[in-house]
Amino acid sequence: MIQKFDTIEKEALEALEKEQNNDIPQIYVGCATCGNATGAQSVVQTIKNKLKKEDFKAEIKEVGCIGMCFAEVLVDVIKPGQPRVSYHGVTPEIAEEIVESYVINDDHRPDLALGYFGEGGPEDVERIDAGDVFKNQQRVILKNCGVIDPENINEYIARGGYRGLAEALEMKQEDIIGVLKDSGLRGRGGAGFPAGRKWESCLKPQADQKYVICNADEGDPGAFMDRSVLEGDPHSVIEGMIIAGYTIGSSKGYFYVRAEYPLAIKRLRRAIAQAKEKNLLGENILGTGFNFELEIFQGAGAFVCGESTALVMSIEGNRGWPKPLPRPRTTEEGLWGKPTLLNNVKTFSVVPQILSKGAEWFRGIGTEGSPGTAVFALTGKINRSGLIEVPMGIELDKIIHEIGGGILDDRKFKAVQTGGPSGGCLPEDKLHLSVDFDTLLEAGSMMGSGGMVVIDETTCMVDVARYFLDFTFEESCGQCVPCRQGTQQMLEVLNDICEGRGREGDIEHLLELGDAIIKGSICGLGQTAPNPVLSTIQYFQDEYEAHIKDHTCPALVCKNLIVYHIDEEKCTACGRCRKACPVEAISGEKKVPHKIDQELCTKCGICFQECPERFSAVERLTGKENLAAAARGRLTDV
Amino acid sequence: MQEQTSKALSNFEGKPNEVIPMLQAVQDETGYLPEEAIRDIADLIGIPESKVYGTATFYSQFYFSPRGKHSIKVCLGTACHVRGGMQVMDALERELGIKAGETTADFKFNLERVNCVGSCALAPVVMVGDNVFGRLVPKQAKEVLEKSDPEV
Ligand SMILES: Cc1cc2nc3c(=O)[nH]c(=O)nc-3n(C[C@H](O)[C@H](O)[C@H](O)COP(=O)(O)O)c2cc1C
Ligand code: SF4
Ligand code: SF4
Ligand code: SF4
Ligand code: FES
Ligand code: FES
Repeated sequence: MIQKFDTIEKEALEALEKEQNNDIPQIYVGCATCGNATGAQSVVQTIKNKLKKEDFKAEIKEVGCIGMCFAEVLVDVIKPGQPRVSYHGVTPEIAEEIVESYVINDDHRPDLALGYFGEGGPEDVERIDAGDVFKNQQRVILKNCGVIDPENINEYIARGGYRGLAEALEMKQEDIIGVLKDSGLRGRGGAGFPAGRKWESCLKPQADQKYVICNADEGDPGAFMDRSVLEGDPHSVIEGMIIAGYTIGSSKGYFYVRAEYPLAIKRLRRAIAQAKEKNLLGENILGTGFNFELEIFQGAGAFVCGESTALVMSIEGNRGWPKPLPRPRTTEEGLWGKPTLLNNVKTFSVVPQILSKGAEWFRGIGTEGSPGTAVFALTGKINRSGLIEVPMGIELDKIIHEIGGGILDDRKFKAVQTGGPSGGCLPEDKLHLSVDFDTLLEAGSMMGSGGMVVIDETTCMVDVARYFLDFTFEESCGQCVPCRQGTQQMLEVLNDICEGRGREGDIEHLLELGDAIIKGSICGLGQTAPNPVLSTIQYFQDEYEAHIKDHTCPALVCKNLIVYHIDEEKCTACGRCRKACPVEAISGEKKVPHKIDQELCTKCGICFQECPERFSAVERLTGKENLAAAARGRLTDV
Repeated sequence: MQEQTSKALSNFEGKPNEVIPMLQAVQDETGYLPEEAIRDIADLIGIPESKVYGTATFYSQFYFSPRGKHSIKVCLGTACHVRGGMQVMDALERELGIKAGETTADFKFNLERVNCVGSCALAPVVMVGDNVFGRLVPKQAKEVLEKSDPEV
């Protein structure tokens, strides 16, 4: 059987060698969703045209996400015998220059390059993998993302792919579970449940059919890790699922993919077909007699379907309602009432490496309680947004200030949000904390599935809490009264606070509601919905109080608590704001300082952005006195 | 319309668990779910129409009336929210004279809010078809519409 795989591997390598001519330059263009959004496709086209026009031979490859979203469009060039040089912010024009200067000639263009990977690069550009972005990262789950062509199975095999499966097929099922248990792998979907134990509880029950499901619903409204893995390295997830099928004795697996992920679905379809062609999937896999089929099910836009029992209901063709309590465990009675193994995308994708490299290797990364790495979509008010992977145990501070390059526009850090709508916000004095399942939970936040949003002084914490509550209220399936009505009441209180109707006792009321929702909800959505509110009260209570007592929004975000005002001393009467105001609320003439009619102003903020920075005459004021003065039309008196 | 629906449903066997894929197939073909399609699906599977409705209305992906030629998708994922996505939404609502979730009277545009479209580095982001507009400020709302439909 291993021999059979050896042959497949050998053929893959030979095919690659034939396809790939390493004697000519290799050009890689980052074509994941975010690259394409920035114009990667037109860059690819320009490069192709230019090469054709110059009659020059080079390989051009569309790769997945390398994670440096802030630098898109990324084009990497490897010339024979040279390290990989990376160019950032590439437009079609710049792409032509790169082809001309570096691909065809020998000027590596330090003015355009971001840097190079590996050793022996030119001295006038930075070595990227030793710099701040990468030196703190460790790529395990993302090791192939942005490096291989995700539509070519041979490239995956050439980097050790499907060897984990071949080895697993020679092992006893109990032994595979033993390895997983020894590795300490915990599920990457958010809760961190030990994977070995889950697989074991699926192996035990006797049944004529069992199912494996990959949870690719990715419900967190501000994150894209799972999508990047599916788009950049689909085979790793497929391989993990086949191993799971063999281990628990299942012949059928499903991908439950969020509806809005068309590229991920396309890549998965392709990868499934390729794996079948090579007899790594389908019937009689590698001649072992083991059969396994994979099917893709597209979600239809309901956050609660990420919950295991709701997800199962949804595949069965129903509304995605979590099953009522007491409910059987999905591992014993899941899809169509059969034992079902559900794991997250990243959990499956790391399994093959654990089997081929061993439990010890995995345990060597991360912390005792949370071995391995964590993948984050690092976003918000940060200089370098992107997809990162770090060993568990790294300090939050390192992620934000070194990898992320600090706060946008040199503003002041305020909080970091993880865990999406189920998670919490941590303030500056918690930045020394270690990133792992248990530490974050203890501090009132959670690991989550990988969203990490950085918040600065210009973001209002009450507004952030309201944002998440609005989301969970909308997404509550409505089965449990505490979840349905509790989130609605919490949202109303938060709306009141943000809109200047906050009252003494609101904070206590929120805490009580939170408690009731947690206790009275039957699924994780309700049980965690209050977290964003509770953690912001825990760490930013003064901001709540400022809103309630003084009608002050310290971050100048809550519309009803701010007024726009023009400082007469500073206004040069340039007229820009007047022309830009969509509701003609600004009056003024040449040489006469301009004025805002508070009754007409809709607080759209356009004048604030329009007024040239050197004047900065438009200001935002907050607080009871200013609001009252504005209401009287006498703001200038303040 | 009927033709499109039949075409969309031609590949299904009519098993109860095919409801959602059927609804998706119809919507892919016609842009929304016409009443007849719901009926056809119910007939094909042999379940009451109300059951099909019940399932369809649960999921936010499905629409029950025709939509605009261009879908303006305003990202209000967390990163876009903290970087001013709501102000962009307000500006688009004002320009189009409709609220999020609605369609303009001439069926040219519909406006919807979406969650993270995977381009957070460009937040706040608006997507129209395959085009992504990033780092937007409210006054660019008009520009987004003009670029999306040359006749605006
Ligand atoms: C409301 C809700 C939404 C969830 N959404 C997701 C999701 O999008 N992706 C995911 O992997 N897990 C999600 N989960 C967690 C799953 O229920 C489940 O724990 C997880 O998929 C198990 O995989 P793991 O052990 O590999 O983490 C969600 C849970 C709840 C309660
Ligand atoms: S907790 Fe909320 S989402 Fe979960 S089952 Fe109850 S009502 Fe539905
Ligand atoms: S905030 Fe908007 S509506 Fe108010 S004055 Fe400025 S531009 Fe006009
Ligand atoms: S843009 Fe600024 S300086 Fe110019 S008129 Fe308006 S407030 Fe005055
Ligand atoms: S670089 Fe991959 S999503 Fe941005
Ligand atoms: S939150 Fe808008 S693109 Fe990610």
